[in-house]
Amino acid sequence: MTTTTDTAAAPLVALTDVSKSYGNVRALRDVSLEVHAGEITCVLGDNGAGKSTLIKIISGLHPHDSGSYAVAGEQVRHASPRDALDRGIATVYQDLAVVPLMPVWRNFFLGSEPTKGRGPLRRLDVATMRGTTRAALLRMGIDLRDVDQPIGTLSGGERQCVAIARAVHFGARVLVLDEPTAALGVKQSGMVLKYVAAARDAGLGVVLITHNPHHAFLVGDRFVLLKRGTMSGSHFKEDITLDELTREMAGGSELDELTHELSRAPAAGAPAAGDTPAADLPAQDPPAATDPETRA
Amino acid sequence: MSDLAAVADERLAPRSTARRLLGRPELGAVVGAVAVFVFFAFAADPFLQWSSFGTVLYASSTIGIMAVPVALLMIGGEFDLSAGVMVTSSALVSSMFSFQMTANVWVGVGVSLLVTLALGAFNGIMLVRTKLPSFIITLGTFLMLTGLNLGLTKLISGTVATKSIGDMEGFPAAHDLFASHWTVGSVDLQVTIAWWLGLVAVATWVLLRTRAGNWIFAAGGNAGAARAVGVPVARTKVGLYMAVAFCAWISGQHLLFSFDVVQSGEGVGNEFLYIIAAVIGGCLMTGGYGSAVGSAVGAFIFGMTSKGIVYAQWNPDWFKFFLGAMLLLATLLNAWVRKRAEATA
Repeated sequence: MTTTTDTAAAPLVALTDVSKSYGNVRALRDVSLEVHAGEITCVLGDNGAGKSTLIKIISGLHPHDSGSYAVAGEQVRHASPRDALDRGIATVYQDLAVVPLMPVWRNFFLGSEPTKGRGPLRRLDVATMRGTTRAALLRMGIDLRDVDQPIGTLSGGERQCVAIARAVHFGARVLVLDEPTAALGVKQSGMVLKYVAAARDAGLGVVLITHNPHHAFLVGDRFVLLKRGTMSGSHFKEDITLDELTREMAGGSELDELTHELSRAPAAGAPAAGDTPAADLPAQDPPAATDPETRA
Repeated sequence: MSDLAAVADERLAPRSTARRLLGRPELGAVVGAVAVFVFFAFAADPFLQWSSFGTVLYASSTIGIMAVPVALLMIGGEFDLSAGVMVTSSALVSSMFSFQMTANVWVGVGVSLLVTLALGAFNGIMLVRTKLPSFIITLGTFLMLTGLNLGLTKLISGTVATKSIGDMEGFPAAHDLFASHWTVGSVDLQVTIAWWLGLVAVATWVLLRTRAGNWIFAAGGNAGAARAVGVPVARTKVGLYMAVAFCAWISGQHLLFSFDVVQSGEGVGNEFLYIIAAVIGGCLMTGGYGSAVGSAVGAFIFGMTSKGIVYAQWNPDWFKFFLGAMLLLATLLNAWVRKRAEATA
């Protein structure tokens, strides 16, 4: 689906010194990132670091104020999510991924339903919709019992996976994932990361937004760290270790300062210790990224 | 790819027909309808006669015609409180335009269709533009239409009712279309019953087998998600309000051509009957779930109750009490059935 030639020359998505303000609030300043086919770019940051603003710019919900945004080498300025979708940039949001009461197959094709017949007899091609949903999910390694069940009855992880499979099926070239593992348990996070890797292996460029360095380090090829609206670091996987990433994410020198302060007054600030990278998830469930069955 | 589709999953035991029926939104309403039927069959002797059946169906159809689009609108996540008086507005426009401007009722009927659709479009566009709750928007339209109906009718006709158009050109044909009836055996069937069943069939087709239907469920179920995947949510909602308006036009023309005069104060309060029929029929107040067939069963319950009380020779003042009790019971039953169905599915 994606021509992976010339990836080094023209990244699928390239942001250069992008900034965005809401009124007098400077939400994002001079952030740059690249997304290449078959690679995962992780965007890490704490709450309020500007992750949501970045995702909104990439997915076309908000235009950027300054800097450049290029898709496959071409300068763009998206007016709506539809524009971004048409350029092959699909976003899977954490909270508004699906319509819970609708069956899986209706959700899968929502907005792009195939039809047959013409005139007043133009109708949904239900058999194709059901069959394709099953097949597309299977190809991603998701084996659902029943595509007729309301999607709300699936677990959070399964729902994310359906949304990812959906984006892959509809020919997305870039997949933007907003905190896909927040609110998920260890096992489910592993499952979601596995499908993220499967999407990468299918040749997509992936932007993974997360505040969990453990999850990011498991699958990421590039890491962009955001802090208070600015870019505090940008690394290749080869150049950084998990410990360094975690440390940088947690604020580096600020953490040292905090440790120092806490050691002087342990009683007063004890609960603040929980501020260190939240939800440290023991990486006991490594994603089977190279598992042959997840390859397309 | 296609061979995969055909293979049934061995982990799924074939669901029994009963279990599958339990999952339908109409189930609670059907159980309720049977209960009401049995109740009046014992309480009122004339209720079981065939001639009564025609009367009950007629009462059901007058509510049912409007309950269908109101149910679709509720599935799409919105209300329309102006639906009741819009029926009267539609009839008034038709009658007064014909009487004042021309000699042919069909001109009035056509103008009325355009005006009523414009009212529906106004509701819908106000909703998607202002993003205010539909409760507020349509409450506003409801009050404005109530005032306009009375004020304009008095201004134009001098009284609160329109002039008779019974002797105008085209009246017999229009009467045939909107207010005729025919007799099968001892049962007198009104043409509104045909309109009603036709609308239920079309609405069911649209809901379950077209893209528009998918969008209606999605707009009510999770508008944000729907918009994010490219569903035209705003257009869907405006369309739904126009569907309500279209059915209000049908009901309005029935009102006009069955009596040939229209009382301008009519219709107030009917909007709740439509909503009640839809809710009894299994529509969720929060949107995203329900069916057109359910609204028809809900309207049928309404018809049986309103006429059953008359046949039982009770004081009709009690009707509203029964309707309210029925609404509560049906909603509780719906909730209970849905919980059971989801727990065992």
